[in-house]
Amino acid sequence: MKAFSELLDRLVFTPRRSVKLRLIQDYFSRAEDPDRGWALAALTGQLSFPGAKPAIIRALVETRADPVLFRWSYDYVGDLAETAALVWPARPEINHEPRLGEVAELLQSASRSEVPGLLEAWLDGLDPAGRWALLKLITGGLRVGVSERLAKTALAEFGGQEVATIEEVWHGLRPPYLELFAWLEGRADPPVVEDSATFRPLMLSHALEETELPQLALEDFVAEWKWDGIRAQLVARNGESRLFSRNGEDIGPSFPDLLSVVDFEAVLDGELLVAIDGHIATFNDLQQRLGRKAPSAKLLREYPAHLRVYDLLFDGGEDLRPLPFIERRRRLERWFDRHRPRRMDLSAIVPITDAEQLIRLRREARDTGVEGLMLKRAASPYLAGRPKGHWFKFKRDPHTADAVLMYAQRGHGKRSSYYSDYTFGAWNEEGVLVPIGKAYSGFTDAELKRLDKWVRDNTIDRFGPVRAVKPGLVLEVAFDAVQSSKRHKSGIALRFPRISRIRWDKPIAEAEQLETLRKLIG
Amino acid sequence: MKREAHPENWLQVTPQGLYCRPGNFFIDPHRPVDRAVITHGHADHARPGHRRVVATRETLAIMRTRYGERAGDSLHSVDYGESLEIGETRVRLVPAGHVLGSAQVVIEWGGWRVVISGDYKRRFDPTCPAFEVVPCDVFITEATFGLPVFCHPPDSEEIGRLLHSLSVFPERSHLVGVYALGKAQRVISLLRRAGWERPLYIHGALRPLCDLYAGFGVELGELRLATEVRNQELAGEILLAPPSALADRWTRRFADPLPALASGWMRVRQRARQRNVELPLVISDHADWEELTRTLREVQAPEVWVTHGNEEALVHWSRLHGIRGRALSLIGRGEEEEEVA
Repeated sequence: MKAFSELLDRLVFTPRRSVKLRLIQDYFSRAEDPDRGWALAALTGQLSFPGAKPAIIRALVETRADPVLFRWSYDYVGDLAETAALVWPARPEINHEPRLGEVAELLQSASRSEVPGLLEAWLDGLDPAGRWALLKLITGGLRVGVSERLAKTALAEFGGQEVATIEEVWHGLRPPYLELFAWLEGRADPPVVEDSATFRPLMLSHALEETELPQLALEDFVAEWKWDGIRAQLVARNGESRLFSRNGEDIGPSFPDLLSVVDFEAVLDGELLVAIDGHIATFNDLQQRLGRKAPSAKLLREYPAHLRVYDLLFDGGEDLRPLPFIERRRRLERWFDRHRPRRMDLSAIVPITDAEQLIRLRREARDTGVEGLMLKRAASPYLAGRPKGHWFKFKRDPHTADAVLMYAQRGHGKRSSYYSDYTFGAWNEEGVLVPIGKAYSGFTDAELKRLDKWVRDNTIDRFGPVRAVKPGLVLEVAFDAVQSSKRHKSGIALRFPRISRIRWDKPIAEAEQLETLRKLIG
Repeated sequence: MKREAHPENWLQVTPQGLYCRPGNFFIDPHRPVDRAVITHGHADHARPGHRRVVATRETLAIMRTRYGERAGDSLHSVDYGESLEIGETRVRLVPAGHVLGSAQVVIEWGGWRVVISGDYKRRFDPTCPAFEVVPCDVFITEATFGLPVFCHPPDSEEIGRLLHSLSVFPERSHLVGVYALGKAQRVISLLRRAGWERPLYIHGALRPLCDLYAGFGVELGELRLATEVRNQELAGEILLAPPSALADRWTRRFADPLPALASGWMRVRQRARQRNVELPLVISDHADWEELTRTLREVQAPEVWVTHGNEEALVHWSRLHGIRGRALSLIGRGEEEEEVA
């Protein structure tokens, strides 16, 4: 448990992806089987222990610690697992430290009434960090900033393999993944995974600028709208069906309504959307559904999921990926006619003639849910990753707004000595600046140095790592859309805000009115 | 032991700080006074500008280093255990185990013995003598970490985590935030004991007190001024700096600095995150909850006054254990808690 708790403890404080990868690999190389396999399961969200609930932890702690002191401690720390881990009275005479594998295996088979007894014995045998890791593990949600994809990437680097190769076998394997580690350490052949509902790495596109259009032979391409949802892969095989995000994370549990209509065997690539009465809803509506592991009936009714399909990777057991796009499209249309699945439709082909028409189409593309156009080379097979010259996204120009810098926060890692995260605002009706968003990208290193100096020279207040600055600098901010938001004082939230230009020249009085931005809510 | 001689009648909180009437002196006053007994050199206890100052030799040296002429008009140095008459009282200083020179103040008057702990810890510290238990009638204790969530792990584990990080990230310089008095020298000593023999790189602000410690015979090994290192990124090396300088511009010249911070506050993860620390090291010069409560048991005082920190929780604990507890609000104490602890 010690190595695992140390890993979690480091991950929780480490903002940088590359560093997290190193820490996880270091753990895989130091920890033993089956512990590391269970750790992998925990990091990738494969574990759940329905018998262990926060109420059990609370009740257990109150048998061992003064309730008043526990309450004050909880008020101070603000996190139940952490408070319980810290106030649990040590029993130094107990020197049996449970192994992660032992914990995971016993908890999976334990009945609800056995859980408190097991937990008590383990808490006695662990140090505070170990207790914290144990409690985080059993209450679900480690919240150490590691996605399923990141854990798999670390695994791939640990074993010198491609992530795509790991993905191909992943869903056929179960914790504690002994055969997986044996293969990655060169002690065994790759695990053989029978036809199961596994994720197939996606084909991704490159951004296309208007100036690059003339170099493209448009007659070789097929166009579709680029929908403003999230990319998803629906896999149905041997009676199993799963829905994956673009990174191969299993998001099926959030979308039971979509999976319930599956009565076929195929692998589909498409855009996950919310459709209300046949109309595509806003990204804001889709967001209500994202990340909800067990959506309520009300949520399912109000925000029904929809898949707009644009590619067919497998038809039954037949791998169509080597076929040209145009051929796969023909097969997709035939397949769709045959199955007519509910909650799905086909992404329409948009006829194109020349560059001028394409630019016009993009400009006029103000329909809800359209971000621009996709151009796919008719002859291209389905290739994993982001191969050059096959698929292009031709996105609508972002909106821009001139906003006033209000707060700056220190960055992380390499940027920890720089004020690199900027909160900016617009003028409300009373002529007061209100924050509308935060951005930390879109500038060069040289510009960052200058911004950092400006922040230091114009600080009027400090709150920990944050500085409030005298209003005096205008930032041109680019963003993809405006959403209404109850969480923000301004009532709006910008989607994908980034700094597009620093307007050293512009007076702050000429910055944006909040009212103008409200009109863009879509 | 007469009831009317009870310390609450002669040891009082005044605007200047804690005042002992029969001895006519203050303990760690935060405003200039005629006579002050100082427990240790941290700035929230040792202030400049008093007329007469009584303290250990080490504490006086620290005050002179920090304040120069303003350390006090007349400095009276005492050895640990040496008995002193001040006014009608008998006073002695005994080790508190907090930092070099730190002391508890033992005051006897009218048949009562009061011990003022100052700041203290109970675990081993290679840079100063260990806390000495003095049984007493009233114990006045600090409570910086007066909640059961504060249980400082063994120092060796924390130092071990730092050294392990250096082996995983040998291309990064490891920048450890340490308070200039006490924490810096203790962390250095602990690193040396853990076998780290390479030079340690220190921020200029740590220099005077490291020199002072070395002058008192504390082995610190080779220290180099990080602020004077030119054209070297110090990858895989350990740098020490005051916490306030952790993320400042001078760190930019080093190899991808990994920010660490040695403090008891690092026990609570949210605190560490607020400070952008990647490697929190729970190393404190203050007693944790276990040490506080063990101390209250060992000094056997029927009455405990709790000064700065989480007073309520320790007062609550005292009552549960049959000890009369009361919170004592001292102004200006713990202002530097984030830095010092």
